[in-house]
Amino acid sequence: MSQIFAMFLAEGITHKIVQLSAVDLAIIVIYFGLVLAIGFYLKKFAKTGEDFFLAGREMTAWVAGLAFVSANLGSLELLGWAGSAYQYGIMAAHWYWIGAIPAMVFLGLVMMPFYYISKTHSVPGYLKLRYGSEAAGLSAITFAVMTILMSGVNMYAMAVVMKVVLGWDINFSIWVSSLTVGVYVAAGGLFSAIFNEVLQFFLIWFGALLIPILGMIETGGWSGMVARIQANFPGQDFTHMWRPMGSFADNPMGIHWTGIVFGLGAVQSMGYWTTDFLVVQRVLSAKDIRSAKLAPIIGSFFKMAVPLIVILPGVLALAVLPMHLVPNAPNLPPGEHSYNEVLPLMLARYCGPGLLGLGITALVAGFMAGMAGNVSAFATVWTYDIYRPYLNKRAPDKHYVSMGRWCTLIGLFISIGTAYLVMGFASIMDYVQALFGFFIAPLFGTVLLGMLWKRVTRWAGFLGLLAGTLSSITMFLLMQKVDPHRWVPVFALSPHAKGLAQDMYQSLWSCVTCVVVTVLVTLFTKPKPDEELRGLVYSLTEVAHEEHTSFWHRPAVWGIAALVLLVILQIIFW
Amino acid sequence: MSEKHHIIPVWFFVGLLLLIYGVLIFVSGLTEWAHPPGTVLAELHAPVWWGGLLIVLGGVYCFVFRPGKTSC
Repeated sequence: MSQIFAMFLAEGITHKIVQLSAVDLAIIVIYFGLVLAIGFYLKKFAKTGEDFFLAGREMTAWVAGLAFVSANLGSLELLGWAGSAYQYGIMAAHWYWIGAIPAMVFLGLVMMPFYYISKTHSVPGYLKLRYGSEAAGLSAITFAVMTILMSGVNMYAMAVVMKVVLGWDINFSIWVSSLTVGVYVAAGGLFSAIFNEVLQFFLIWFGALLIPILGMIETGGWSGMVARIQANFPGQDFTHMWRPMGSFADNPMGIHWTGIVFGLGAVQSMGYWTTDFLVVQRVLSAKDIRSAKLAPIIGSFFKMAVPLIVILPGVLALAVLPMHLVPNAPNLPPGEHSYNEVLPLMLARYCGPGLLGLGITALVAGFMAGMAGNVSAFATVWTYDIYRPYLNKRAPDKHYVSMGRWCTLIGLFISIGTAYLVMGFASIMDYVQALFGFFIAPLFGTVLLGMLWKRVTRWAGFLGLLAGTLSSITMFLLMQKVDPHRWVPVFALSPHAKGLAQDMYQSLWSCVTCVVVTVLVTLFTKPKPDEELRGLVYSLTEVAHEEHTSFWHRPAVWGIAALVLLVILQIIFW
Repeated sequence: MSEKHHIIPVWFFVGLLLLIYGVLIFVSGLTEWAHPPGTVLAELHAPVWWGGLLIVLGGVYCFVFRPGKTSC
């Protein structure tokens, strides 16, 4: 995402891609009006802590599932992955398929019962119950700080995107969007955030789906598209996912299949989808355990379909755009466009007044929903995992709701401050994003071991998490800052490994470090008694079985169906 | 969606938004019928049938999940 930001920042002043008409502006204004109205409507329902922070724990599996997948469907991700699809072809879909589906199914079938049965409000909350305050404190503080910084970084990056695409003033974009989000999240809490995420989900689909439909009509279908791509880019393979991954040097990503399977599929995506509280919080809002298990599995089917509106437009652009897009670079000459502009360019190619407004509203909605997700998760973790355990243990529930509301606004103002800080010092963005990645992979090791092995001790959890995080930071510094030529082949296994490949292996080794340290410390420390671990660990928890549920209502059935569909897609696009 | 709080289902709001957008896009498509914009495949009049689709879906959602109807 930092590349997108840098590109837009560099080009932002020179041109804009689309021109909005009155009907387009009306569509955008109506969206703002509706989300504010929904926020005020939901305010009266967000009275208790459970209402405000967990949407009353009464969402259906469909609502929780759509919010779960939508929380990750931010605008910058859409723009960035469409650009990656133009650059790397359909290989970019790995991040939507093997990089998401197994983790979502795993969350639903294996991990969700423990999160749900323990009645925790958050992932750090689970760590506190399972390990104690050391691991929970480390996780809560890093999550809270990183989430709010990320929110600010995203805020500024999106404002710059709006400047380039629409010509909007950066300050206008930052303040209007963040104040709107602040008002409706402070009013309705997670209720508002989830409602907006579901709206955003529909907007993104209906705003972007016309691009692949019209693109396929223009090219005459898949074979016509492939023929045009081969004519435009002779000798290059953009339509196979696994075939070019036999070695690092055979594909432009510089990735080997082991990096995708073990780094992305087994560690990085598992870490993100099962322990990042921003997405897990949506599932915790489910009304019962079956809904909580089903929600991520329902989300997995929609996630599997997202390449249709993100990756396919990028690949279609290779076939239909009259110009060749270029790598992100400062000061591109007029008429040249970079990879990450591919989605707005395709939107402008096919969509006239009205449809263009819908597409732009989808991007704005994605941005605002992402911000709402960040501030609602921040408010929860701050209130329940930092403020309550460390600062004010015995306040009434009403006080914590009030704290959550204030936190939402304070969090937003910190985000706005971060946005202006990034405006002055753009390199901060790279560090903030890198920092966020440091914690996710080792956290997965800590949470998973804690759920599956009752012997793991309090200090093993904390020291394993700390060691994994420190190892991740060390690898990042060695590969990015100290001596890339020396350290990239060591950690990423090849001098050809590019940034994404380095990330994959960095995640893999940091998770391995976490697991090894956790196991070693466990062997030399005293475990918690069984009675303290009931409802938290696999061997000591009675998970409701589904013998009495009809076959078609069992989460396991749909989880297996999602995995089978995933395998079929891999074979089709091998 | 909510039995405890009796909140209007989110699907109703989705339907409302799709319905409003459908009308705007459909009408916009009709007004430019004789003079399509300079977009590729403008002769297919995508705003008309896409707007129509949004109207139908939005209308169905609004009706099925209208306030006061508890099922979802």
